[in-house]
Amino acid sequence: MNTTIMLFLVQDGITNGAIYALLGLALVLVFAVTRVILIPQGEFVTYGALTYASLSSGHVPGTARLAVAMGVVAFCLDLYAGRRSLHRRLVGRAVAVNIILPSIVLALTSWTAGHPSGIAINIALSLMIVAVIGLFLYRIAFQPIAQASVLVLLIASVGCHLAMQGFGLVFFGAEGQRAPPLSTASFTVGPLRFTGQSIAVYVITAALMIGLWLFFGTTLTGKALRATAVNRLGARLVGIRTSLAGQIAFLMAAMIGAISGILIVPITTLYYDTGFLIGLKGFVAGIIGGLVSYPLTAIAALFVGLVESFSSFSASNFKEVIVFTLIIPVLVLRSLAAPAVEEDKD
Amino acid sequence: MAERLPIFLFALVMAAIPFIPGMPPFWIALLDNIGLSALVAMGLVLLTGVGGLTSFGQAAFCGFGAYTTAVLTTAYGLSPWLSLPLSLIVSGIAAVVLGLITVRLSGHYLPLGTLAWGIGLFYLFSKLEFLGRNDGISGVPPLSIGSLKMIDPGTIYFAIWIAVLLSALLTVNLLDSRTGRAIRALRRGHVAAEAFGIHTPRAKLLVFIHAAVLAGLSGWLYAHFERTVNPTPFGVQAGIEYLFIAVVGGAGYVWGGVLGAAIVVILKEILQSYLPYLFHGEGQLETIVFGILLVMLLQLAPTGVWPWLTARLPGKPGRKRPDTSLTLPARPQAAATAAVLLRIDNARKQFGGVVAVNNVSFDVHAREIVALIGPNGAGKSTTFNLVTGVLTSSGGRISVLGKDIHNAPPQEVVKLGVARTFQHVKLVPDMTVLENVAIGAHLRGHAGAVSSLLRLDRADEARLLAEAARQIERVGLGDQIDQLAGNLSLGQQRIVEIARALCVDPILLLLDEPAAGLRHMEKQQLAALLRQLRDGGMSVLLVEHDMGFVMNLADRIVVLDFGTKIAEGTPADIKAHPDVIKAYLGAVA
Amino acid sequence: MNPDGNALLEVADVHVAYGKVEAVRAVSLHVAENEIVTIVGANGAGKTTLLNAIMGILPLKGRTLFAGEDMARLDIEDRVAAGLSLVPEHRELFATMNVEDNLKLGGFRMTKAANAASFERVYSLFPRLKERRKQFAGTLSGGEQQMLAMGRALMGAPKLLMLDEPSLGLAPIIVADIFRIIGELRASGVSVLLVEQNAQAALQIADRAYVMELGEFILNGPAGEIAANQRVAASYLGFQHEGESPV
Repeated sequence: MNTTIMLFLVQDGITNGAIYALLGLALVLVFAVTRVILIPQGEFVTYGALTYASLSSGHVPGTARLAVAMGVVAFCLDLYAGRRSLHRRLVGRAVAVNIILPSIVLALTSWTAGHPSGIAINIALSLMIVAVIGLFLYRIAFQPIAQASVLVLLIASVGCHLAMQGFGLVFFGAEGQRAPPLSTASFTVGPLRFTGQSIAVYVITAALMIGLWLFFGTTLTGKALRATAVNRLGARLVGIRTSLAGQIAFLMAAMIGAISGILIVPITTLYYDTGFLIGLKGFVAGIIGGLVSYPLTAIAALFVGLVESFSSFSASNFKEVIVFTLIIPVLVLRSLAAPAVEEDKD
Repeated sequence: MAERLPIFLFALVMAAIPFIPGMPPFWIALLDNIGLSALVAMGLVLLTGVGGLTSFGQAAFCGFGAYTTAVLTTAYGLSPWLSLPLSLIVSGIAAVVLGLITVRLSGHYLPLGTLAWGIGLFYLFSKLEFLGRNDGISGVPPLSIGSLKMIDPGTIYFAIWIAVLLSALLTVNLLDSRTGRAIRALRRGHVAAEAFGIHTPRAKLLVFIHAAVLAGLSGWLYAHFERTVNPTPFGVQAGIEYLFIAVVGGAGYVWGGVLGAAIVVILKEILQSYLPYLFHGEGQLETIVFGILLVMLLQLAPTGVWPWLTARLPGKPGRKRPDTSLTLPARPQAAATAAVLLRIDNARKQFGGVVAVNNVSFDVHAREIVALIGPNGAGKSTTFNLVTGVLTSSGGRISVLGKDIHNAPPQEVVKLGVARTFQHVKLVPDMTVLENVAIGAHLRGHAGAVSSLLRLDRADEARLLAEAARQIERVGLGDQIDQLAGNLSLGQQRIVEIARALCVDPILLLLDEPAAGLRHMEKQQLAALLRQLRDGGMSVLLVEHDMGFVMNLADRIVVLDFGTKIAEGTPADIKAHPDVIKAYLGAVA
Repeated sequence: MNPDGNALLEVADVHVAYGKVEAVRAVSLHVAENEIVTIVGANGAGKTTLLNAIMGILPLKGRTLFAGEDMARLDIEDRVAAGLSLVPEHRELFATMNVEDNLKLGGFRMTKAANAASFERVYSLFPRLKERRKQFAGTLSGGEQQMLAMGRALMGAPKLLMLDEPSLGLAPIIVADIFRIIGELRASGVSVLLVEQNAQAALQIADRAYVMELGEFILNGPAGEIAANQRVAASYLGFQHEGESPV
């Protein structure tokens, strides 16, 4: 292996690692606020990427209709949950969030599909569609069992993954797709070639991380989300709605997933089930970070990216085996470092 | 044997089904598939529902079973019957290797670990040359007895369902035994189980192997049923489906696994044949429905179909009362009982920078009731946990009967005759009072997993249950013996914990707030019981906030404040002690 | 039902059950404005269960009115917004956030201007909290945590503050301090519903008291009368802080 190849592998590893870092952060965010281990994170990636690809080729993506359908279900659930006190404000909010919002998104999408539109509009629409799906996913699947154990939530999460991946196949077909890059510019430094897209990956990843850090450190909403993560009952007792906190966390995770998808779909061909594997690698990073530490997760994600790119060079057949086996020693270390606390303090 | 009657009837019905005239072969094939899934699901029930270890990777063990027999019968021409034990052994060894790592994972890391090796193994199966990579291995020979080749679904049907019924019987036997109680105690966390001598990693590994061998058996049957093997049915998707089956049927019930398999396999068949007409789309539509159903099920009926069904069936079998004339030999004890039972010498515990127990020393003598009092956070429960080996001390010496127990694990401490109760009750709520209390006698029984499977443990089991029943009578809960522990009031649950501790045949009883939640009369009864135990030769160390109770009962009192001992003496001394009044009791009103 | 006619909180014929076990049976109580009411009773009598049910943490059967409004349909968050606040037995602080953030979140529903005033009020009631405002809540001593829990509740400007065992596990010296502050709260227009095992301290500051045993109220009346009723109190309360046996 010469230096050029090594530099190339490092570059490749860092680009992938940046994406895994984003997904790892989203995972940590969702777990901290809702205790859900977000297996369908990968579907947000696929949905974001392929929705963007469909829009770019002038089709109305099935995800926009899924958003409307989920909205209707969420609406029914909202009405049922509030059935004993249906006042006007509650119904109004339910209609606005669950019916009007996704309908506007669908209308915009249909209109855009008929007119040639720019990359920016396509991206914005893709993000909106996936964000709305994320919000409804929490409302429908997790909010009713928000008090259940982590294990039950995990099994439900796996169920969501199955269903969403199945829908992915229906909407986008079994063929792989690519989409236009954010920028076609490129330049070379020594033996390395940097594309505009890879620079975009670095810049957007860094910007998102700083944005998240500021959000949680300084804003009252961010602090309220953290408070929900630290002590759910405490949060409710000061009037923070944990269901709303969960919806916000899912919405943010869906956006982050979709952004990751849009960032990579110009670089690699994505299939309806690719997201799952990408998400799982972000997952490996999230778990190295113990599902609590953001900086550790980001560093771990770069490490996963590097391991993957080097093993795909030297043992390409066993790339996946290596990446997923990597997680096991980490889990063992984590378990030894933080054994499940049972005994309450006296 | 009356309790086995339903199983016998079920076996008869299953045996008769293929002989029903006009039975479509398609249905028989469906039943074959149900049986194959039921085997895996049954193991998962034991692992997940009973033992509390959620596994997404169970399909991989089917893979070990299937690939072992496929390789041995095609490449080496071995008879399938000879490869059967080898398939089971390979699955079992894989379970030991993976299990040694997996059972050490805590909380949600465990299912994530199974997810990770589940995916890893799938890729391994599909990349290894000698397993035929993605194409797998074809031309696997059918099972045969003499000239009878089990090629069609109707003949292998018997092999599959005999395997299912035998496995179910063995699994049910295992659960209803000393080992079974240890397994069922796992879900409530390891602290309580270990306090009574249960080696929890070993119990977890045992369940893990049992489940893996059942999956391996299913894989072996599958290979000879399909006559070809490829990686797809052994991936994580399949692993998730098995978990789904267990949850649908009722993850806590062996027969729930069989019922779940029937529901899911039939549902899948229906979905696969009708959904494409509805959506005229590409495949995998059933996964959408499965995913949605799984989420709905968790929301609407998290305990599954089996318990729902049995609750509606008439005729609950009455429980058999244990025969209390049987006696359990006393725990072997050091012949001469020393004057000092427990010596705590400069014990210290630090959590990070916080000193929870600060060089505390005191003794508990034979036939003595000592109370440990002090405000919350004073280090009382931490002291308990140091003595019982739940926590490792940061310094000092603790000895029982002169034997140093510094950093000995809880399983060793209990062997010395130190039994305890917990501040936050740690009973298994869906086990009866009798079963819960019998866990206390765990170390006084000897039957292992194999004799439980084969029902050779009955004499041992009867003695353990008799002892448990006697201790329940002794604490005055004889009427509640068949109640589920979770249905008792909190005060009664504390008393059940005392009965469980008494089953150890202890010399020293450690009670953490035993009187909390008791009525006045019950407190007096408890005090009388403890005095009677003391007069019978036992010592008691207790933590309690109810000063009236403590002052009347204790021979000696030790007062802790901020982890430090501030006083020790008779109740009268303590009441008059200026430091105690200042720090804890306050001015006497 | 309500002799004073201006009850802030009114609870009528309330039952709370855990599964099959009924922990609270047919309980009725009321708290008037500017009143300190205490519920005393032994450990496990159902006091905490009752408070949690009034707050909406546990489901209950029966009627609960707050400021004249039926609370049956309200979530915890709505009850907080209506001016009902609970300082729970385990305090439920945000352990890995500092004192100031804990208080700020206590005023999550309030306006910025209201919060500024509340901060001042809380810091003047509990000067210790001001000294430690940058410290993580989890690293505070037991007494300071209790102060922070009360301070956080006060940031939401409640009309009725429910305190669950504020003296639990605290040294008697700090307990005296906490009880003094509870007295001051009434002066600033907050009603208090106080649950205590430490019956004597509670009866000294309360206007009225209910005695709870095994999920039922067995006695109620002016606090002075309950405290004076030594025989009854002794046999039902099981005295806490001295060796005098209730036998």
